[in-house]
Amino acid sequence: MTQRTLITGNGAAAWGARLAGAEYMPVFPITPQTEIIETLGDWIGKGEMGGRMVTLESEHSMITAAGAGAATGVRVFTATSSQGLLYGMEMLYTVAGWRVPLVLVNVSRGLSAPITLEPDHNDILAARDSGCLQIHAATCQEVVDAILIAYRVAEDARVRLPAIVNLDGFYLSFTREPVWLPDASKVAQFLPDMDPDEFAFRADKPVSAAVAVLGGGPYSYFRYQTHLAALGAVEVFEEACVEYDRVFGRSYAPVMAHRLDDAEIVFVMMGSFATKAMDAVDRLRAQGVKAGLARPLLLRPWPQDAIRKALTGRKAVVVVDQNLSMGFGGVLRGEVASALYGQADAPGALLGYVGGLGGRDITFAEFAEMAREAETAAAGGEAPPTRLLYTQAELREVRNLQTLAHAQGLTPGGEGRS
Amino acid sequence: MSPKSQFSGMKDLPKTHLLAPGSAMCAGCGGLEAVREIYDVLGGKTVFVNAAGCMTLMSVYPYTPFRGSWLYTAMASAPAGAQGIRDALDILKSHDRIGEDEDLDVVVLTGDGSAYGMGLSSTSGAIDRDLDFLYVIYDNEGYGNTGQQTSAATPHGARTATATSGIGVAGRKKDLFSILAAHEPAYVATVIGAEPLDLARKVERAKTMSGPRFLIALSPCPTGWGFDPQLSVEIGKLAVKSGAWPLKEYVDGRLVHNRVPKPLVPVEEYLKRQGRFRHLFEPRKDEFTLMDIQAQIDAYWAGVMDHDGA
Repeated sequence: MTQRTLITGNGAAAWGARLAGAEYMPVFPITPQTEIIETLGDWIGKGEMGGRMVTLESEHSMITAAGAGAATGVRVFTATSSQGLLYGMEMLYTVAGWRVPLVLVNVSRGLSAPITLEPDHNDILAARDSGCLQIHAATCQEVVDAILIAYRVAEDARVRLPAIVNLDGFYLSFTREPVWLPDASKVAQFLPDMDPDEFAFRADKPVSAAVAVLGGGPYSYFRYQTHLAALGAVEVFEEACVEYDRVFGRSYAPVMAHRLDDAEIVFVMMGSFATKAMDAVDRLRAQGVKAGLARPLLLRPWPQDAIRKALTGRKAVVVVDQNLSMGFGGVLRGEVASALYGQADAPGALLGYVGGLGGRDITFAEFAEMAREAETAAAGGEAPPTRLLYTQAELREVRNLQTLAHAQGLTPGGEGRS
Repeated sequence: MSPKSQFSGMKDLPKTHLLAPGSAMCAGCGGLEAVREIYDVLGGKTVFVNAAGCMTLMSVYPYTPFRGSWLYTAMASAPAGAQGIRDALDILKSHDRIGEDEDLDVVVLTGDGSAYGMGLSSTSGAIDRDLDFLYVIYDNEGYGNTGQQTSAATPHGARTATATSGIGVAGRKKDLFSILAAHEPAYVATVIGAEPLDLARKVERAKTMSGPRFLIALSPCPTGWGFDPQLSVEIGKLAVKSGAWPLKEYVDGRLVHNRVPKPLVPVEEYLKRQGRFRHLFEPRKDEFTLMDIQAQIDAYWAGVMDHDGA
């Protein structure tokens, strides 16, 4: 029976793993993800959930064990955050190359240095090119649903890749929201048992996996095969969304739309902060601004067609990046620009903002100002350079901290050292 | 040594060799010699989990010399790969999704670069978790696959590609055996391919046990150590006779020396055959360093006599 409950994003992630029937959970604690593995451990200990949980000594080993378990033919779930994702980064690329399905939940948290516990997307975007699929949840409900969808896509014979489901630390991980938990018997309809036949270690069926290649020819071939599988995962994801809607009555798409139909100014954002944009769009609409939101649920594979469909023909597109590629700007703005370049009815202006770093809030006033700047840019046909959302008050506060730190008088290059 | 060993003499050693010839290893590779002998006793119902090193080139697409399975992981985490496979096989067995006949022995295979350094954390973790696996370390005392740079296993006085002058490496070889034994795993043994009977008995013994088990195989390395490949066995035997490579076991919580060389062959006999130590003999003999190396070995065996009462 479907039940509605009030749970955190971390609780939702644990429920996703439980409902998916995850059998093997190599884990390692890190804030703000730890509640996920504590919840799973508690359930397993009480016999409410099957499966085996093993605490590794690092995320690097954790992802190695996760990939090796999946390569042996069991359904694997794991979770990490931030520094942990980066510590295991070598193995994210490696297990994607193994072409093994597993689901890893990343609870986004800003990267060191300076070290912080609060969220932004630099951690998850560092895994952008790993070959792992990447789904960005915006609500606790989406966390559960995305995990089930992720298993189905990852295990599909046409894909066979690890999938990462991302949720934002604190804003989702520790926030209770009402969540409809899918009925376990219906999950079995949606997500059949894993079929390990293709690739599993057995005594009677020797297999050499992940062996070395000599020369660029075979290397290029296998790398490109992985790319093709990832590209094809857009369609598999869409199929899974249709089936999910049929079984559970909740509708998803690679790019989630909010009031897009006649929108002239379209915000593009990912994750829980996009719900701030949804609210801002509603308020701007009330003020007569034809605003809308396009939210990529799927970042890898990049849903190029859906992005084009959502953004072409608009007056202006405003990408708010909760990440910062040093020396470039926002990663998502670059992705959007690549999708729109050369399109006949590309938007009149593409604006980039960086905001929400380290959990910094984005206010309605800022959304309204971004919309105004977008109108101006569209009229003038020129977009301003990417800027950081930051107030005078925040700068004054940092100046005060610097005074306390005796950091005044440093050269501009050294000004930012914490 | 277990009295029940099926290997009472050299004639009892396996005659049919499981590992196919024609790998990419160098001629005279002491690591390959050891792995071949180990594999003959272990058999093909195995999955080898490998870390970056020379042996990574054993399986190059689409060839493999192994009868059983293979998974290449990364340099630091082969024991964690073994953990994932072992756990998954146990899960499958517990649900009757595979039978005993489909089960595999999980074997980690890495060089000293991984085992003594980058992989030590994942090795320690695997022992903490009492992982049922065998770890075979081929120790050629340097980062061999990249051209024999200094590793934590490189002995005092050896020159390497990153220690090309003076006495070479000033540090001492890390005592991995003791580090592993301090974790109180099921089994730790040193072996060498040049002593195949001792090796076969130890593999046989390790095979009958469960839990974390380790074989550290000193692997004379013609290219890295600088000697003619035909001398590989001779140098391996000298490593044992000189006392530079003690053959020993940690078993049932006790340390046992399997062979106490008496009298010790002077270590110079072992060193002078190797290019990496040539600077200790030419153009002038470096008596101080040679005495230092000999003194270290003498002190080790004096300690063994005290400990074992031999």
